[in-house]
Amino acid sequence: MAMKLTSQEQEILDGKQGKTLQKVMRTLVRYGELFGADRLIDVKGSGHLVTSFGISLMTATFDVMQELIDAGLKTQQPFTVDPRPIDNKNVPSGVIQKIVASIMYGKQKEYESQLKALGLKDDNAFTCACYLPQVGNTPGKGDVLSWAESSAVVYANSVLGARCNRNSAFIDLFGSILGKVPYFGLLTDEGRKATWVIDVRCTEKPEAQILGSAIGLKVVEDVPYIKGLDKYLHSLDDSSRAYLKDMGAAAASNGAVGLYHVENITPEAVDQGESLIAEGYKIYVIDDAELERVKKSYPVMWKDENAKPALAFIGCPHLTLAQLTEWTEKIEESLKISGNKKVVVNTVLCSAPDVIAEFKEKPEYSRLIATGAKLTYICPLMYMNNPKCKTMPVITCSNKLRTYTCAKYGTEDDILNQITKGGE
Amino acid sequence: MAEVKVFHGRPVIPGNISAPALVTHTGFNTLASFQKALLAKNADAVCSDQNNAELFNKKMAGTALCLPQTIGSTTGGLVIHTACDMGANPACMLFSKQIDSLAAAGVVMADVWSKNRIIAVDGLGDDFLNYVKDGMNITVSDDGTVTVEA
Repeated sequence: MAMKLTSQEQEILDGKQGKTLQKVMRTLVRYGELFGADRLIDVKGSGHLVTSFGISLMTATFDVMQELIDAGLKTQQPFTVDPRPIDNKNVPSGVIQKIVASIMYGKQKEYESQLKALGLKDDNAFTCACYLPQVGNTPGKGDVLSWAESSAVVYANSVLGARCNRNSAFIDLFGSILGKVPYFGLLTDEGRKATWVIDVRCTEKPEAQILGSAIGLKVVEDVPYIKGLDKYLHSLDDSSRAYLKDMGAAAASNGAVGLYHVENITPEAVDQGESLIAEGYKIYVIDDAELERVKKSYPVMWKDENAKPALAFIGCPHLTLAQLTEWTEKIEESLKISGNKKVVVNTVLCSAPDVIAEFKEKPEYSRLIATGAKLTYICPLMYMNNPKCKTMPVITCSNKLRTYTCAKYGTEDDILNQITKGGE
Repeated sequence: MAEVKVFHGRPVIPGNISAPALVTHTGFNTLASFQKALLAKNADAVCSDQNNAELFNKKMAGTALCLPQTIGSTTGGLVIHTACDMGANPACMLFSKQIDSLAAAGVVMADVWSKNRIIAVDGLGDDFLNYVKDGMNITVSDDGTVTVEA
């Protein structure tokens, strides 16, 4: 299907505003036409980019970025971007690890200069959780976005009620430059209908990261309507938002979920109820046994399955301010019970630079540091990309980190037990 | 004489090519699959997705990658574009379902911005993915016809 363009859009496609902008438009038009988009629609709000890392081998990316800059192009509004890859001060790394990381991410400085030239918000704009209030890239209900980063897209769609497709890197940037995106998929009312009903029948509040994983593995790219979770979440408060952030990230990385509805909780489910469920939907029942089955299916990629953990990562996606406080309290309490004064496994909590800045103003910050845990702004996935980390026995309560690296998954209680009591 | 079956799909990035099949029946996690190869500049693009038992540790470069759709990180399109730029890409990607947004971005990016494009056909149907096996010879025509030789 050929897209109907405005005269101005057609001019761009015809190259009358330069060859590079023509390529940007051609990419978006061809991309949209593959999904039956009949037009472009205006973006509302700031962009969010997934590519935040200057890996030296990504020459194709740097070349495209430079071509955009040389053509004088810039995003229409300042954008945020995923987390930085390196923090030698707060994340334990050996000398060789640091050297390898500095070579691997050798283009970081140049790449950040490219991001700035194209419209990066500021030096603190590096987080996967750009929608947190401290960061400020928080779209409103119904806003059309040009974002990538699977965990951010699924959160914006589901919890905030914004409208965004699961865009790839570059599509996020191109849409932000043009201020337009092709109209299809999750931007449309029809595309937001659920084709699965998830019937949660657990005997207690399910672990968000396993529930999300189970949903993602089952429905893959479809939209699920989740029943039975409202009795644990009650309302869309800070705690529920954090739960849904983690559940959505697991669903998006273990599958390709870009939107879910939670009965009586998420905005569209509250407004529209079961009318969001499409005809001919499928049902997936999740009970305690199913969650256990899913958890047991995760392969352990450590060389020695029984190795003592060397490092624990908490916060992928980045932790909220409330989660930082909760983890501080949980670690303190568990240390008291164990009789240990400090964590017994190197423990790193990850959050957004702006959230960390606010957390540092709270008394819990010094209490967290007193436990021996560290706080960083990096993406743990990028840390784990370092070949020197492949042999490290790393534990995490992030299903996304488990999926993309050799880190071993544990529930939040498992991880707390490991870092404060050594798993005893 | 080898058995031959013909399937028809939509030419997303049209082209003519022959290559041995590499098959995954579960979603292809682009980042997890290419991550190690791209970081190590491994031109064979040996699959590093530990969760995909069908592909793990197999060479992907130069194959006819047969898949339902891609899944996972939204860096997916950039990964495909980078793999093409490095010459570490599959010869073609053959989707049983409609192409997903991440793979679509990757193959279009490569076509518009890179010298090395990747042929892609989608909508080949479940029968295609049920029939094709690793190593079968695949021939793709620019009208979206895919011939599988057992």
